[in-house]
Amino acid sequence: ARLTLPPCQVSSAAAATGAYPKRVKVVEVGPRDGLQNEKNVVPTPVKINLINMLSETGLQVIEATSFVSPKWVPQMADHTEVMQGINKLPGISYPVLTPNLRGFQAAVAAGAKEVSVFGAASELFTQKNINCSIEESLERFEEVMRAAREASIPVRGYVSCVLGCPYEGKISAAKVAEVSKKLYSMGCYEISLGDTIGVGTPGSMRDMLAVVMREVPVGALAVHCHDTYGQALANILVALQMGVSVVDASVAGLGGCPYAQGASGNVATEDLVYMLNGLGIHTGVDLQKLMDTGTFICNALNRKSNSKVSQASCRL
Amino acid sequence: QEPQASGLPEYVKIVEVGPRDGLQNEKVIVPTDIKIELINQLSKTGLPAIEVTSFVSSRWVPQMADHKEVMRGIERHPGVQYPVLTPNLQGFHSAIAAGATEVSVFGAASESFSKMNINCSIEESMERFEEVTKSARNMNIPVRGYVSCALGCPYEGNVVPDKVAEVSKRLYSMGCYEISLGDTIGVGTPGSMKKMLEAVMKEIPLSALAVHCHDTYGQALANILTAIQMGVTVVDSSVSGLGGCPYAKGATGNVATEDVIYMLNGLGINTGVNLCAVMEVGNFICTALNKKTNSKVAQASFSTGTTN
Repeated sequence: ARLTLPPCQVSSAAAATGAYPKRVKVVEVGPRDGLQNEKNVVPTPVKINLINMLSETGLQVIEATSFVSPKWVPQMADHTEVMQGINKLPGISYPVLTPNLRGFQAAVAAGAKEVSVFGAASELFTQKNINCSIEESLERFEEVMRAAREASIPVRGYVSCVLGCPYEGKISAAKVAEVSKKLYSMGCYEISLGDTIGVGTPGSMRDMLAVVMREVPVGALAVHCHDTYGQALANILVALQMGVSVVDASVAGLGGCPYAQGASGNVATEDLVYMLNGLGIHTGVDLQKLMDTGTFICNALNRKSNSKVSQASCRL
Repeated sequence: QEPQASGLPEYVKIVEVGPRDGLQNEKVIVPTDIKIELINQLSKTGLPAIEVTSFVSSRWVPQMADHKEVMRGIERHPGVQYPVLTPNLQGFHSAIAAGATEVSVFGAASESFSKMNINCSIEESMERFEEVTKSARNMNIPVRGYVSCALGCPYEGNVVPDKVAEVSKRLYSMGCYEISLGDTIGVGTPGSMKKMLEAVMKEIPLSALAVHCHDTYGQALANILTAIQMGVTVVDSSVSGLGGCPYAKGATGNVATEDVIYMLNGLGINTGVNLCAVMEVGNFICTALNKKTNSKVAQASFSTGTTN
């Protein structure tokens, strides 16, 4: 059955009282962050079709894959085929993850025009996740930055664990600001602040952003909220109130949390767009087409959607 | 209350509606002793108000047929309110006879919803409620007023904020001490919540307002945050998010008390409620109902064995 939207919920005219940005850029991370955290390895044609469908929704940025060793991330082993197989529509960016120079070179060879590097605000998390210290990871990224600059390839920087770490617990906002500043100074055009285990609340989000915004201009900031504790939309709301206008999300809320079995992970793009529509904030995204894409990938993965908007709209 | 530096209230009162609104929307009829145990456990968590049951005809709401037994069977903790629903004077008398010391009446901002839900127009419903509030006043029984469909109606679609304000004002003027504004089908967003509250706040003092958000479209916490930022200090929620949405099959309904408290704790707002205790109660009732919790905090915490 095709999901349909309720008749009532598109806000008329202007965004509420100028407390919010007029436009928000939605960065779709489903095909990479989402699928990477799904148990079953997804066939390449399904990945390609997912990205192609997303390209028709009005989304401007779709994170396509990760040029990391298949030994570490088997789900992304087909990165070259995916990169070469997708329809790349004009006006849409298809960033890929590149943990190091080698990955960067492979990505560019496969046709990538934008890359991302993944740092963290926690030493322990960095050790466990990529087997080195924060300092060492930043040195690796510097190599990527240098090569990217020469090739005129924009680089997005991620900072994980900005509101808490599965190993260290509390993370200081100062540390988040320090890592963000380093990534920004080395040339990342945008810093995506990730609440990796979803423990953040509007309170900790506000406090963290206030400190980071002293070091990085708000126009270069994005938030990447996980919904593991149901706080994602409230956290995103506060980020918007503070001037952030780039938000990461995953279609159908793909991708569980690897640190809490059975718990949800990424916030669902549908639910985010529903909220932004209700606030009169322009995203350019067609919610119906997005929901159809969510239906497609959930059928392909034989799983239920994590998007509440999708669940509600389904009248079986 | 003195606003904190953040501009947010220091304290928010949580009104726990799980035993009534929650269970009423659960498919399986819950045995009376389970209901009583649920309420008794909730009484120990620090919750200041627990909606116990509904004195409505068992023909309409079979789940609440045991209202008298539940009312008489629960332990009443000092300092905790135990309101019950009373749709009309008959229900009110029955509630008082069973020992109720606070009641609630349920209006709506939509004519169609009123007709479909309680078989009369908004005006007729207000007349019934006037009878209740008059009797309640004579007996010093506080009455809480609900306004359903505050942000949208399953039949009419959009609901005009001024209509919500008008119905709220009627209920407040007839003597309701608090008006709980319900996003019955969860379609609201921070945008529509703000507009609706702005209209209602022209007619009702902020301290007499509560929000009752459904999470059907995942918007509840964002909507509650918006309400709190505007100065609302009373929030309804349901332990483990009990109670689906009768208008969208398989969709969720009430926002989970655990998730609300997690957010309020993170904002430094005092509720007096022990989150871990609520989670234990959620675990109890979900086990008894043989269902999964709708609380994300519970899902995350029980799997890691920790609460952040």
